[in-house]
Amino acid sequence: MNGFETLYAAPPALMAHAPVLMVVGPVIGACATVLAPNSRWAWMISVFATIFALWMSLGVAGEVARHGVITYAIGGFAPPVGIAFRVDALGSMMSLLISSVGVASALFAGHGLRHEIREEKQGLFHGGFLLCLAGLLGLVSTGDAFNAFVFLEVSSIGTYALIAIGGGRDRRALPAAFNYLIMGTIGATFFVIGIGFLYAATGTLNMADIAARLATLQDSRTVQAGFAFIVVGLGLKAAMFPLHGWLPNAYAYAPPLMAVFLSATATKAAIYLLARFVFTVFDPSIVFAGHFLDYVLMPLAAIAAIICSLQAAFDQDLRRSLAFSSVAQVGYILLGLSIATAAGISAGLLLLIAHALMKAALFMALGGIAMTLRARTLNEFAGAGRDAPWTMGAFAIGAASLMGLPFTLGFLSKWRLLEAAVEQQLFWLVAVIAASSLAALVYVGRMLEALFFRQPMPGAARAIEAPLGVIVPLWFLAGLSVWFGIDASLPENLANQAAIVLLGGPR
Amino acid sequence: MTFLLQHLNYVAVIILMMLGLFVTFAGGNLIKRMIGLAIFQTSTGLFFISLGKVQGGTAAITISPTSPEAKALAAQIDPATLAQTGVNGVVYSNPLPHVLILTAIVVGVATLAVGLAIAVRIREAYGSVEAADIAARDRVPLPGQPAEPLV
Repeated sequence: MNGFETLYAAPPALMAHAPVLMVVGPVIGACATVLAPNSRWAWMISVFATIFALWMSLGVAGEVARHGVITYAIGGFAPPVGIAFRVDALGSMMSLLISSVGVASALFAGHGLRHEIREEKQGLFHGGFLLCLAGLLGLVSTGDAFNAFVFLEVSSIGTYALIAIGGGRDRRALPAAFNYLIMGTIGATFFVIGIGFLYAATGTLNMADIAARLATLQDSRTVQAGFAFIVVGLGLKAAMFPLHGWLPNAYAYAPPLMAVFLSATATKAAIYLLARFVFTVFDPSIVFAGHFLDYVLMPLAAIAAIICSLQAAFDQDLRRSLAFSSVAQVGYILLGLSIATAAGISAGLLLLIAHALMKAALFMALGGIAMTLRARTLNEFAGAGRDAPWTMGAFAIGAASLMGLPFTLGFLSKWRLLEAAVEQQLFWLVAVIAASSLAALVYVGRMLEALFFRQPMPGAARAIEAPLGVIVPLWFLAGLSVWFGIDASLPENLANQAAIVLLGGPR
Repeated sequence: MTFLLQHLNYVAVIILMMLGLFVTFAGGNLIKRMIGLAIFQTSTGLFFISLGKVQGGTAAITISPTSPEAKALAAQIDPATLAQTGVNGVVYSNPLPHVLILTAIVVGVATLAVGLAIAVRIREAYGSVEAADIAARDRVPLPGQPAEPLV
């Protein structure tokens, strides 16, 4: 029960194809934006396409709440011959999250792009953004392992190009995008090699069928090698410590719109796929998968939560600092997953939602300020909170959620993670979370101190309040962080049901 | 040794894969790194094609069992295998990996194109495609020292 049972978002004729329309809509939008006569049109098409995707994913969420799992055979070719989309509670949670952030990002783009990209190129930018969205939505709804690789790459290729566009403002975006391209492609290729091994062992690419056939193949070297390749490949994409080297610069120098969208969705979709493979295609009860969770994922995630929080605390560049904090937060999410109990996984997924909302708000606030204030370091941002209280107020809310102050979703999800750790007697994890939260207190406190309590440097540029077109999506995201912090029934239900799916509940 | 010789295609896959990865990581020149990446991606193509190969099998296009090609193929395999895996007396290779690799090649080409385009932009912005030069030009100069000159 998650409140979506009674939601009939679209007429039945449309609903029958909703899982695939969710992906096709943005793709058609991407083609249309490239042909759009001017940037205004391109933006409107982009907003329309993202809203359409959100509408469809709401429809899918209703269907999933009623039936548990929905399967859609592409072109009418049922599996095992054809490719099937298969959306369950986890996939529907991810598609809701991705398309909501997509709508907020597209709204932000109306103003956020004006100072970044030349007028005639904006249509192309929107096209890339919509392709990226389509890839991510496809990734979370497909039931076919190879199809997942293709969608992963569709979204990634869009991402590489759009990060490189940041090079117009700061040339360091270019090497960052190149580095991400190399790392991301290696990750995706590892993933596809792993799928090759699984295909060799099981003779199928349908994830549910692979899972069924793996039950008798646990001792096969081929399967174990495939597991290793898939985990390393997706770890690269998900910025799992120590494979996160590409992330800080990519997020720090990307155009603000991409920083907003990527920080909230890209690594999350890779984490989704990792969880999908470790928990449903393989199974934690398989010896090597269980050992991976206990002896690889959990320690690495704990190290990430501490080391990267410290790196965030020592970096002078505000956006890089937030990017390092993203790696630390990925660590939290993976910690939750690696506990591998219903409570742990649910906490991890709740953290995933919380982090997507707050990081999108934080990067959007910085993007709103960056339209007029070309600042990077903390000193250059000094006093911005007084000059632009509305924009930076939302930043402060996002920061509070990042730190884990009460009445924010960040606090609640961290609390759930602590509960899950205590339940499993993992007291060293409690210490890790406490240490990492202290570091978060330092880096967030440092940012807020500079923004709100310091005088701007004499002669420095002053921040100007972001336009209304930015304030609205910004406060929507920040407001959700607070709303869910007070009444978390919606995200908690989504996360709990997704956790049941991952632990082999109704398939 | 015979094991290696019997799996010569897999040996080739491993060699290509390692070569590609090594060039991707060790290369200082961005173009060379892209070449390494392309080799690495291509090796997976060979891997998948090897998976789909059936001993004595032909391309997955239906041929008549009475045709001379089919008889020539059938002569190469022992009758037990033929009866077990053959369709109408002809053994076919698995076509699915071929299709997968067609898709993967397209993905690889797109990645290569984006990567090279970014390399061109890097050349425009930094005047070099050597990773060491790029890093040197972005290094913040110590106080009192002149910044690295722009090309």
